[in-house]
Amino acid sequence: MSIPTTAGRPEKAIRALDVSDSLWRQSIRQLRKNKLAVAGFAFIAFMFLICFIGPLFSPYADGKINPANMHQPPSAKHWLGTDLLGRDVLTRLLQAGRISLTVGLASMALSMTIGTVLGIVSGYYRGVVDQIIMRVADLLFTIPGLPILFIMGALMSDWKIPTDYRLYLVMLMLSIIGWPGVARLVRSQMLTLREREYMQAADVLGLSDKRKLFRHLLPNVFPLLIVIATLSIGGAILSESALSFFGLGVMPPTPTWGNMIDAANNVIDFEKRPWLWIPPGLAIFLTVIAINIFGDGLRDVLDPKQNTSR
Amino acid sequence: MNSLIEINNLSTYFESGAGTVKAVDDISFRIREGETVCIVGESGCGKSITAMSIMGLVDEPHGKVVGGQIRFGDKDLLKISKEEMRRIRGNDISIIFQEPMSSLNPVITIGRQIMEPLMLHQKLNKKQAYARALELIELVGISRAEQIAASYPHQLSGGMLQRIMIAIAISCGPKLLIADEPTTALDVTIQAQVLETLRQSKEQSNMSIMLITHDLGVVAEMADYVIVMYAGKIVEEGDVEELFERPKHPYTRGLLKSKPIIGQRAEQLYSIPGQVPSPLELTESCYFHDRCESCIPICRIRQPKLSEVAAGHLAACWLYEEEAEA
Amino acid sequence: MSEALLEVRRLKKYFPINAGLLNRTVGYVKAVDDISFTIQPGETFGLVGESGSGKSTVGRTILRLHEKTSGDVLFKGIPFHGLPKTEVRKLRPKMQLIFQDPYSSLNPRIRIGDAIGESLLEHGLAEKDELRDVVLDVLEACGLSSYHYSRFPHEFSGGQRQRLGIARALVLNPDFIIADEPVSALDVSIQAQIINLFQKLQHTRGLTYLFISHDLSVVEHLCNRIGVMYLGSMMEMASRDELFSRPLHPYTKALLSAIPVPVPRLKRERIVLKGDIPSPANPPSGCKFHTRCPLATAQCKELVPEFRLVGDDHYVACHLV
Repeated sequence: MSIPTTAGRPEKAIRALDVSDSLWRQSIRQLRKNKLAVAGFAFIAFMFLICFIGPLFSPYADGKINPANMHQPPSAKHWLGTDLLGRDVLTRLLQAGRISLTVGLASMALSMTIGTVLGIVSGYYRGVVDQIIMRVADLLFTIPGLPILFIMGALMSDWKIPTDYRLYLVMLMLSIIGWPGVARLVRSQMLTLREREYMQAADVLGLSDKRKLFRHLLPNVFPLLIVIATLSIGGAILSESALSFFGLGVMPPTPTWGNMIDAANNVIDFEKRPWLWIPPGLAIFLTVIAINIFGDGLRDVLDPKQNTSR
Repeated sequence: MNSLIEINNLSTYFESGAGTVKAVDDISFRIREGETVCIVGESGCGKSITAMSIMGLVDEPHGKVVGGQIRFGDKDLLKISKEEMRRIRGNDISIIFQEPMSSLNPVITIGRQIMEPLMLHQKLNKKQAYARALELIELVGISRAEQIAASYPHQLSGGMLQRIMIAIAISCGPKLLIADEPTTALDVTIQAQVLETLRQSKEQSNMSIMLITHDLGVVAEMADYVIVMYAGKIVEEGDVEELFERPKHPYTRGLLKSKPIIGQRAEQLYSIPGQVPSPLELTESCYFHDRCESCIPICRIRQPKLSEVAAGHLAACWLYEEEAEA
Repeated sequence: MSEALLEVRRLKKYFPINAGLLNRTVGYVKAVDDISFTIQPGETFGLVGESGSGKSTVGRTILRLHEKTSGDVLFKGIPFHGLPKTEVRKLRPKMQLIFQDPYSSLNPRIRIGDAIGESLLEHGLAEKDELRDVVLDVLEACGLSSYHYSRFPHEFSGGQRQRLGIARALVLNPDFIIADEPVSALDVSIQAQIINLFQKLQHTRGLTYLFISHDLSVVEHLCNRIGVMYLGSMMEMASRDELFSRPLHPYTKALLSAIPVPVPRLKRERIVLKGDIPSPANPPSGCKFHTRCPLATAQCKELVPEFRLVGDDHYVACHLV
């Protein structure tokens, strides 16, 4: 064990005194010490960057079909080869990433919004409203998520919904599945916070509901929200991929990582043309892992359970 | 009386993000056979860490005993193997904590939890252990022993559980019982019961007790010898009567004066100004100097050594050092 | 006698115990069971008792943090518990509460200046531009400095946080403060500082306190009149000098003798009570103290003793007095 010299200590202590850090800044500082989480964050940032900017530099971004060029293995011209219709796989991979990440982000944002609002209303006002909201959430919980998604996907196909709209409908479907979990967590957090003495103090001080909600409760729920939000992006990407893989989500020609892996559906592609399905598979795998690692890191620094001693 | 355990120059440090915390800083004391030694001090003074260090329970890797010696019999507890330490913990030294609830397993009956160490360390069979468990429950002043033995921790009150903890702690006839704030979580009438139990079990078995507390009332009632700690250091120690009647260190004096006593009401209570220094900001000065009423120039520069101020009475204060005048 | 600042009349607070599949009420915890007392302006009334005595519940029920089961609370003659919510909010600044736990009573994400000043804005008691000065004045009165204004609670020690809690209550310029075990979480040397602060503020601001504590020695130091509670009922109530020189109830006597005195080798008659404090969900019949009382008779097991006047403003609930 190394013991710092006494000369080094006073200086450090003085510096610690001069900076008045909020819990936020402390958390970020702690997070930056977690190498794995930083790496996760870096990978996510990298993924976003190349997916959104990459295709702009690709000569194949128009997605034109070129049958003469079909099923080319990776080469200098096509780094990841071409597909059945002669389109560049790398370009499609990046374009698919755009869609998958957008679906992940948007459905997360939607389910977070619905979940948070309903969770706060339930947890703060309780009573009948709470009962109704929580029973609906329970109902959605009792039905496994994937089968509902399949049924909804099948319905979309049946009603011949245009591909452009399907993207938005998939986001909506994912948020319908996602919000009950968020609402429950937010509600339980609200119930614990309500019992804190500083909330009783707020009552005694005669503060308005508005101030209690927005100044006292929300900032304390926020760290939890960030953690759930991060982790749920990963979940949404996975669900969307599964759906698209089965041809029930976003349909070609719009590419997503899920429907690209669909190539592995057929034995010849699976055995002979791995460049068609390995890259999107890896992309899903790495992105979701990176998001989860980063989310875990966030949880470690933001989880209210670890902050109780403060 | 022979000394049972001798602590020499014990230091336990903790690493925190902002630096090293000297939780226990070069302290020495001893406990004699059959003696009750009270360690008194405020939160963060290192009194609990001292106990943890003796028991080998310092939470590594954050904290570490970095130096010193703990002589128990012919052994140095800091040098022996984990296995040997475990045996000593069961047989010779036992400990009770402030929160009895968290030291007991919620899904095992009280009787079973008293029996287990007896079967493990004393090699009693089940029947003997049960009989002994019932004896122990009665010994700590709880009637209806059989009914209590069959119940689970959550069915009993805090005061009962603390007495059960004492029963478990004394079950193997330890030579030393370390009690870390055993009555702090209890009501006064229950505290009186538990202290009574501690005193009786000590008389019956001639064990030594190291009692850690912040309550000077409890100290006066229980102790033979008192050690006062402040910011990881021993600032004063001595026999209980000597120390309470002629406290030397300004900190001890302040503590004694700042506690309201029934029947001795004054218009204004004495209070020690300021607060305990942050363990990260300690310098070479006397740690108490900025709260001290009798602070002299040298107090700001150098740390006083613990030295004898009267027969069997030690204090670490420049006011009693001849060097101070030089 | 001048008009009482606070009058508590036969206050009861029962918490329902719900159990079973249908969450039906199967019983009640009688946390506060028919308590009456009055507090005169400028006085400090002490409420003592062990855990489960309901002393904290009394404080919180007075302030309507819990809704009462029955009884009345008159604040300056106004029936506080009969008022609609909006009227209650208007009266809030006049009655404040100080908590036991200096850690959980401050919101960790709000800067000190905001935490103390926000209630002034809410009640329109200060303009935004003068807010800082008002808050700084209060901080100073509580022994803190302007240096602490924009800091966060986690940067403070326990004693300083308790000062912050006091400052937060004080900024509204209340007439009446309920202090719920405000020093029991603090170290001895810090306890004395906070006790002195309470006294100083009472003198400079003419405050009236309801001081709730389990520590009789602190109560003796601070309070003019004292009530002793046990399992939701008042056992004895008297002025300080009367209660400490002539305690009448066996429980009060036992409580007094159980306190360890910092004088070694002191030989004194110690009453060690047998048994545990019964559960308030299932209190004993008759006198609630009879299960532990060394003097209990057959009458005590059946008949609830009347809380009656036995001397100069000295009330006691015991058959044997």
